[in-house]
Amino acid sequence: MRRATLSVLAVLCAVMAATAAETPSLVAIQNARIVTVSGATLEKGTVVIAGGLIREVGESVTPPAGAWVIDGAGLTVYPGLIDAFSAWGQPAPPAGGRPAAQPQPRPQGQEQPAAPQRSWGPEDRPGTTSWVKAADQLDPADRRIDAARSAGFTTAVTFPSGSLIAGHGAVINLGGESAGEMVVHPLAGLRMELNARGVGGFPNSLMGVIAYFRQLWLDAAHYQQAKEMYDKKPAGLARPAYDRALEGILEANRVVLPAVTRVELERMAALAAELRKPAILRGAHDAYRATAALKEAGLSVIVNVKWPAKPRDLDPQVEESYRTLELRDKAPTTPAALAAAGIPFAFTSEGLDAPRDLIAAVKKSIDLGFKREDAIHALTLGAARIYGVDNRLGSIEPGKIANLTVIKGELFDSMARVQMVFVDGKKYDPAPEPPPARRGEETR
Amino acid sequence: MRIRTAFILLCCAWALAAQQPRRTLGEALGKKQPLLIQNATIHTITKGAFTGSISVVDGKIADVGEKILAPAGAKIINASGKHVIPGMIDCHTHIAIDAINEGSVSVSSMTSVADVVNAEQRSIYYALAGGVTTGNVLHGSANAIGGLNTVLKMRWGKDAGGLVMAEAPPGIKFALGENPKRQGMAAQQGSQAARRYPGTRMGVEDVIRQAFIDARAYSFQWKSYEQSRAKGENVLPPRRDLKLEPLVEVLEGKRLVHAHSYRADEILMLLRLAEEFDFRIATLQHVLEGYKVAKEIAEHGAGASTFSDWWSYKVEAFDAIPHNAALLREKGVLVSINSDDASGAEIMRRLNTEAAKAVKYGGVSDNDALAMVTLNPAKQLGIDKYVGSIEPGKHADLVIYDGDPLSIYSRVEKVFIDGEQYFDRETDAMLRRELDAQKKGLLEKEKLDERQRTPARRPS
Repeated sequence: MRRATLSVLAVLCAVMAATAAETPSLVAIQNARIVTVSGATLEKGTVVIAGGLIREVGESVTPPAGAWVIDGAGLTVYPGLIDAFSAWGQPAPPAGGRPAAQPQPRPQGQEQPAAPQRSWGPEDRPGTTSWVKAADQLDPADRRIDAARSAGFTTAVTFPSGSLIAGHGAVINLGGESAGEMVVHPLAGLRMELNARGVGGFPNSLMGVIAYFRQLWLDAAHYQQAKEMYDKKPAGLARPAYDRALEGILEANRVVLPAVTRVELERMAALAAELRKPAILRGAHDAYRATAALKEAGLSVIVNVKWPAKPRDLDPQVEESYRTLELRDKAPTTPAALAAAGIPFAFTSEGLDAPRDLIAAVKKSIDLGFKREDAIHALTLGAARIYGVDNRLGSIEPGKIANLTVIKGELFDSMARVQMVFVDGKKYDPAPEPPPARRGEETR
Repeated sequence: MRIRTAFILLCCAWALAAQQPRRTLGEALGKKQPLLIQNATIHTITKGAFTGSISVVDGKIADVGEKILAPAGAKIINASGKHVIPGMIDCHTHIAIDAINEGSVSVSSMTSVADVVNAEQRSIYYALAGGVTTGNVLHGSANAIGGLNTVLKMRWGKDAGGLVMAEAPPGIKFALGENPKRQGMAAQQGSQAARRYPGTRMGVEDVIRQAFIDARAYSFQWKSYEQSRAKGENVLPPRRDLKLEPLVEVLEGKRLVHAHSYRADEILMLLRLAEEFDFRIATLQHVLEGYKVAKEIAEHGAGASTFSDWWSYKVEAFDAIPHNAALLREKGVLVSINSDDASGAEIMRRLNTEAAKAVKYGGVSDNDALAMVTLNPAKQLGIDKYVGSIEPGKHADLVIYDGDPLSIYSRVEKVFIDGEQYFDRETDAMLRRELDAQKKGLLEKEKLDERQRTPARRPS
């Protein structure tokens, strides 16, 4: 069976020999099962792509003259899958964090003159690179992009790595020759982290980090006010000093904060309210217990599907707490709980060995009662909505970007295979599956 | 038929209530059931001890006396042979938080432990089971001027916001002596460049003085801004500084200072420094050599929150004596006894016996000893209008002991906060069995899953 599939694939590849560049502008997939996500699923329908956009979709649509027609029998067409938090296309994180801003002269005070590497307070902008944009450092040749596409992903929200305020993520399409072509939205959200380790000096605790964020936001508001006053009437006013760290804060459309446990989720919900920008909490294993707080705060959630597992080298003498065991058991029920509560959510492959493992991990939730359609929604329109790009991505509707994931069989079926994906209307065939991971790596 | 409908509706209401986490039954029903605790030996703290009853309505103490009326619909608890005291108050603890020190700088007043409250830390339950209903949760002592504190009630099961005692005035932690200066010593911080000032007691004083000079200047900046604005001038407001704002509040008498201190000389230094800036220290915490300068502390009007009998664990604790609490009290200082517990709440589980040591060493009366863990810390924290004694109108924070609360043989049986029962020894025993069974179930399920997965595992 497996061999048969492979040979069919080989033949298909040979026949079409389609590389992205050669995809004609006008394409129609007919007789396919089409999961539009925004509307009803068409059991036997046609979708027409023209000029990189979806032109038409329906059961009675006929392929236009001159279109390259693909027979979709046995295939299911989904909107392109979206990874809501990744590092694809981004440079590897630098070893060890450090304050990135140049230390400013301190007001005369208690501390001795600071060495450049040591942060003495919020004024030194510790661990902050809020001016960095993932869109500006995107590498289209990153091989992880090919792997992601082969696993059925057409879009990712990719983030720079850094210390406390890493920079702005970008919504990118996973195909294209240049970074410029790939970027769908350059300001998806500002990545914030809470781990002060490696910052050097202030802050060195969780409460220091939160205090820093609070001061930084106040400084940004003050900076904005000063700039507005100056721009209105510069004569006779001292010119406010340009501050790239604060510019980066003001530019942010939303913030992305880490929170895994219920306590962390509730804590970050409280912080998000103070930051007065739409917030997305990522991690969220324990969110099944925190739906009330999340709903009340109006937050979105990105569920990390690297589900908590028993540590491999656990000392047999160590008795794990009830809470630890409970979280391990219940974390995969979080997606269903979020769906039931009506909280917007999406998924990330962060921490997984390969993008394709995400589907298997979500399958675990489906086995525990999470609805398939909710899973598909979270991987497509739901993710697009969280980042405010649902008017161009996430569903199969006329006028939207032609990102499609075509599956032989159905997503989440054990025999399902990615047949092809379309990114901006260009067709890509999945790379042959990589050799199985070595046993040691498999469950890392 | 109608009864059945009503029953079904009630069941639905119950089911809904059960799905809402962190809501108690009383809240789900919209109000709390009144209570009557009968035939107990009641230690009111303010009006002595007697055998009688306490009635509770709407979370507050309605009446206390030898013979009182039961409120309508009250749940009646027969406590004959038992003792009731006000919920204990720990004036210095570090439980229920996920970070204690922001040790990178000598003034960390921009931080607040309220940001890192962990309502699921088990220490809260341990403290509750020990009869502590309120805790002053403080920032650590790594800084001359530390972070902001928060006063929590041990409402186990609520979220972080639900623990906060909203009535408590705000406060801040200061620290003197070895802890803040140790951070400035080379051995602690390595390279000269990374070292933190100060490294001596003189430096600690300098840091605090400089911070208040800065706070005064900051306050002046804002005042002149307000004046310009009142005149209709188009001026930019000053930058808000979260480090200096709390210190301005201290200068204005709006924020309580809780100062970690050991030695007599540094205690005097701080009192004089505060007087120089015209504010009052609310509490000297630990204050192990307080007995040497009790008169001066009383004159300043600072409270003292000390250990019972803990000494010689570091050089500055060599002159500590277990009579400290009693001696300070004799000189007219308001004294409380604290735990300084971090995670684990080891002393909060038996704060009553810490108070008993004041009887043993200092010969204070039973009532005065109990006051050191109830009414006195309430006064020190500015919450004595609400808690700290058993009087009509105060929060119904009550602890029922099976014997004399100052005996090491007595155990806490029930604890009420705001008239709601949060601890019950019998229920606790039952819940433990339940939890053990659930835990066993989870472990077995995991083992089964592992076994099922292992043979089927192959690379896919």
